[in-house]
Amino acid sequence: MNKAILKIENLTTSFRIGSNYHAAVDDVSFTVNENEIVAVVGESGCGKSALALSIMQLHNKQRTKSEGTINYNGQNLLTLNDTQMNKVRGKELGMIFQEPLTALNPLMTIGKQIEENLDYHTSLSKDGKKKRTIELLTQVGIPYPERTYKQFPHELSGGMRQRAMISIAIACNPALVIADEPTTALDVTIQAQILDLLKDIQSRTKMGIILITHDLSVVAEVADRIIVMYAGQVVETGSVKEIFNNPLHPYTRSLLNSIPSATHEKNRLHVIEGIVPSIAKMDRVGCRFQDRIPWIPKMAHEQRPQLHEVAEGHFVRCTCYQDFYFQAEGDESTHDITQSR
Amino acid sequence: MWKFILRRFLVMIPQLFLLSLIVFMMAKAMPGDALSGQEINPRANPAELDRIREELGLNDPWYQQYARWATNAVQGDFGISYTHKTPVTDVIEDRLWNTVFLAFVTLIFTYMLAIPLGILSGRYNDTWIDKSVTGYSYLGFGTPIFIFALIMLFIFGFALDWFPSGGSVDSKVEEGTLAYFVSKINHVILPALSTALIATTSTIQYLRNEIIDNKIKDYVRTARSKGVPESNVYSRHILRNSFLPIAAFLGYEITGLIGGSVIIETIFSYPGLGQLFLSSVSLRDFSVVTAIVMMTGFATLLGTLLSDIILSAVDPRIRIE
Repeated sequence: MNKAILKIENLTTSFRIGSNYHAAVDDVSFTVNENEIVAVVGESGCGKSALALSIMQLHNKQRTKSEGTINYNGQNLLTLNDTQMNKVRGKELGMIFQEPLTALNPLMTIGKQIEENLDYHTSLSKDGKKKRTIELLTQVGIPYPERTYKQFPHELSGGMRQRAMISIAIACNPALVIADEPTTALDVTIQAQILDLLKDIQSRTKMGIILITHDLSVVAEVADRIIVMYAGQVVETGSVKEIFNNPLHPYTRSLLNSIPSATHEKNRLHVIEGIVPSIAKMDRVGCRFQDRIPWIPKMAHEQRPQLHEVAEGHFVRCTCYQDFYFQAEGDESTHDITQSR
Repeated sequence: MWKFILRRFLVMIPQLFLLSLIVFMMAKAMPGDALSGQEINPRANPAELDRIREELGLNDPWYQQYARWATNAVQGDFGISYTHKTPVTDVIEDRLWNTVFLAFVTLIFTYMLAIPLGILSGRYNDTWIDKSVTGYSYLGFGTPIFIFALIMLFIFGFALDWFPSGGSVDSKVEEGTLAYFVSKINHVILPALSTALIATTSTIQYLRNEIIDNKIKDYVRTARSKGVPESNVYSRHILRNSFLPIAAFLGYEITGLIGGSVIIETIFSYPGLGQLFLSSVSLRDFSVVTAIVMMTGFATLLGTLLSDIILSAVDPRIRIE
């Protein structure tokens, strides 16, 4: 068993709208172990990016508050002040962002942007930093690291930029990297390369990765465990195998059913009607998914739904999964993605 | 780069030609000429005035006058001022340095105010600091410069008598001495400050909005995720990006000040180009008027070029070949 790097307990992050706070991340608990990839999955607005930014504490402090504990290395990150947190960010926790063009400073060379990380967390000399930067660029598979060192972000392709972004995140050998939709802005062939690169780096450094994505095919390819989030809550969690073979929560089943499949002869793509409720207006007492599956009787839902352990390490929120069926006439597609691994 | 600048200079030739044509025709379209003022002089002989007009070529068709003027102008000779009776270039030269000096000091004041206030306002937006800076900006936008300059003149030039209320240098001091330089500074402060206090408000607001826009950009979040302390997030990331448009605007700003000095120089009786321009217009001193307009036009074209060069120097995404 690998040792736990990050232990999140009852994390609630609320945003202020007007004078009230509304939870965008609601009572989330999970652990990330060494050498493990935990995927956080959900559609836009379900709170997965808010979760990532809460761990890094990159939210605007005036408008956000976080409660609960984020245990890293024996300390609760939520109790650290900015100066203390700056020693953790970049050094112990690295972050990869979605859109590598806007996430890089347009006026700074790639080399300088990677070196900046080393500036604050290492005591390397000027030459030492340059050497390390070139080494990092080589590591992430940039073909001409010496040249790229002096280039600006706009001079690189999307895939190369994301590689540079990864080298910023791993510059100080962090114990944990949070990748927020790292492949969403890239085309499919590049996506696969970036995922391979992340796995490859992990195999060498044993770092833990939190992979935030809405793309289940990405999850199937690389993740060890899945956390499915809906409206700020964890609705289902378990190993990749467990979730793909035996998805239980209506939301997870709907998500899996929405994957376009080449083998399955379906005329239409499954659509989950409706949208994630807004954090200011949602009903926080009942099952949060109930409005999107109106054909399921209200009786099937629990009040204040809890996570139920259905198999070892496999948790599902609310009792409604027991009575759930798809309304559309088409049958539920089977998922054999994990079997092919 | 040099090729680009050369090309831009070549493009300027037809632009300046067109400008000169329009300016010349408009100047000629004004009623009267440099001798009109003499017509009410009882001792002036109308026949004599006509003779002088004929001699100066003022009775020729406009295109002949233009051709004559243009041929001389390209050789650097803008003719003789009708009222000053000296070559136009001499008349302009003294005034030009005064105006450039005034513009330079104004620019320094403008940025000395705009940069710190803009940064404070943008960094701490929606706090009382920002609200007071924005309040000042609104006042600045709303105040006409000629009213404000008169108030400044009244308070600091007359009531408190801290600064001289006119001229560009004390007539008693000798040229080239330290006292001369101090006197020049003393004379320039009040007009420069009056312009800067009003002109700076647009730069403040521009900088403020740039900072507010930039501080929520993704690359700033990336910088924070690297553990960069907040002060360095500003100095190395947000401010550098926010200064781009301000730096690029510098070129236009300079020409704006040279062209816009008419009002302020007249109010402070500061002997610069603006004041000369206004008096030349009222005296129908065409040769001076056209020369000044041509110069301002040239300065505008140069300012545009300067802005492009600055922008390409500070923004790696823009490279001119």
